Amino acid sequence: MRRVVVTGSGVVSALGVGHAAHVAGLREGRCGIGPIELIETEGLTIPIAAEAKGYIATDHFNRNELTLRDRVTQMALTAAAEAVARSGIEITDALAERTATIIGTSMGGQHTQDDNYKLIYREGKQRVHPFTVPKLMSNAPASWISMEHGLKGPAWSVSTACASSNHAIGQAFHLIRSGGADAAVTGGAESGLTFGVLKAWEGLRVMSKDTCRPFSKTRTGMVQGEGAAILVLEEFEHAKARGAHIIGEIIGFGMTADANDIVQPSQDGAARAMKAALADARLGGSEIAYINAHGTATAANDKTECAAIRQVFGAHADALMVSSTKSMHGHCIGAAGALEMVATLMALHDGVVAPTANFEEPDPECDLDVVPNTAREVSVPYALSNSFAFGGLNAVLVAKRFDD
Amino acid sequence: MSDDIRPQVRAIIAEQAMIDVDQVTQDSALDALGLDSLGLVEIVFAIEEQFGVTVPYNANDPSSGEFDISSVKAVEDGVIRLVTEKA
Repeated sequence: MRRVVVTGSGVVSALGVGHAAHVAGLREGRCGIGPIELIETEGLTIPIAAEAKGYIATDHFNRNELTLRDRVTQMALTAAAEAVARSGIEITDALAERTATIIGTSMGGQHTQDDNYKLIYREGKQRVHPFTVPKLMSNAPASWISMEHGLKGPAWSVSTACASSNHAIGQAFHLIRSGGADAAVTGGAESGLTFGVLKAWEGLRVMSKDTCRPFSKTRTGMVQGEGAAILVLEEFEHAKARGAHIIGEIIGFGMTADANDIVQPSQDGAARAMKAALADARLGGSEIAYINAHGTATAANDKTECAAIRQVFGAHADALMVSSTKSMHGHCIGAAGALEMVATLMALHDGVVAPTANFEEPDPECDLDVVPNTAREVSVPYALSNSFAFGGLNAVLVAKRFDD
Repeated sequence: MSDDIRPQVRAIIAEQAMIDVDQVTQDSALDALGLDSLGLVEIVFAIEEQFGVTVPYNANDPSSGEFDISSVKAVEDGVIRLVTEKA
C-alpha cells in the first residue's frame, strides 16, 4: 500500500507567524490568549481571544493583493507558502496535475462578510465592493493556494466546523494512499474574530471570560482563536526519490457521525472515530503514546472525550499522554486540527509533547495524564489527533514517527 | 415590581418547556420540567431580551455561577435582582 508522509508545514497562530515561532510557543507552554485588538470590542461580553497579533497583513501582501484576499485567505496563503518552501517540493508540470489542494475552514471570509454587512445594514450604503463574493466564499483559501502554487489536481474546501481541517488532512491522506494524487497541500484556516461571529459564540454561553483551561476542574469554557496551519503531504517513494526531509507519516484516518445532538458531544461517536482511525492504521491501540485531544475546555467536551479515550484504550489509557494545545493557540475552529497536527508532528519528530497550559486542578472526570503546564521530552512512536465538531462530526488522524 | 416579574419569568420558562404555565411552580427544578442545556440557554436569552438585562450564565458551570438556576424561584429572584440593579 502507498505510504503518505509529511514533508512541510507552515503556521500562522497566536503563538507566532511561522512554524518555528509556533512550535517554540508550544514547547514553552506559552498562552497566546489575551485582549482582542483586531476589532472594536465595545459591546462584547467576552473581549478575549487567541488573536494572531504577530500577523501583519502588509508584511505579506501588497494593496492590490489585499483587495482580493480576506484575512482567512491571507493566513492560509502565508502558511502554505512556508509549508511548500520548507518541503522543498518542486511543482513540475507533471506533478502539478497530481497535486491536490484540500483546505478546511468553517466560516470562510468572515471579515469580508462582517465589514460589508455593516456597510449595507448600518451605514445604509447602496452597494458593496465588487469582489465581496470571491473574498468571502469558503473555497477562497483552497482556490488561492492552488493558483499561487500552480496546483492543478483535485481541489476543494471542507467545512465541518471544529473538525474541518482533520477531515481535510484525512481526505488528502486517503487520496494519496489510494493513488488519486501524489502530493497534497492540505490543512485549515480560520479568521472569525469579528463582532458578528463573537456575538454568536457569546450567545451559546460556552465561552470563558478568563482563559482556556482544558481538563482542569476549574475550566470555564472555550476561547476563540484564529490562524492557519498547512502541510505538504507526499507519497513516500516520491518524497524519498527527491531526498526530502520527512517530518512524520500519516497512517490512519477515521471519521464518524454521532447522529445524536447538534451541540452536545457523544462518547460513542468520539470512541468510534478513534477506533476507526486505529483500524485504518492497522494498530491495536497500545502503540499510541500521545493523543492531541480536541480538549475545548467546555464542561461537556472534556469529560466526554476522556471517557471515550478510556473506552477505546482500556488500561492503556493510564499510560497515554493527552494534551490540549487549544490552551495556547485557542480554538481556531476550521484550523484547529491542522494546528494540532503540527503539535502532534512535533511530538513524533522532535520528541517533545506539548503541554496543556493554564492547568490548575485535576478533575476526577478527566483523570488522564494531561501533561499539565510543562512540555515533556519523551520519545513518541505513534500519536493520535482528535477533532470532534458541533453537529457530531468526528475526525481522528493517526501519525507515526518516521524512522525508516 | 417583583409581582410583575415573577409571572413573566414563569411564562418564559413554560414556553421553552412547552408546558402550561400553571405547571411551572416556584419550587420546580428546571431539569424536572424537561429543560436541557440548550433550553436553559434559550431561557437566558429570552430573559435578557424581555427585561433588558445581561444574565451572567456560563453553560460550562451552571450550578456554581453568579446566576442561580437551580429552581424556578431562584431564576425569578435572580431576574428581580438584575432588574433592580439596572434601575
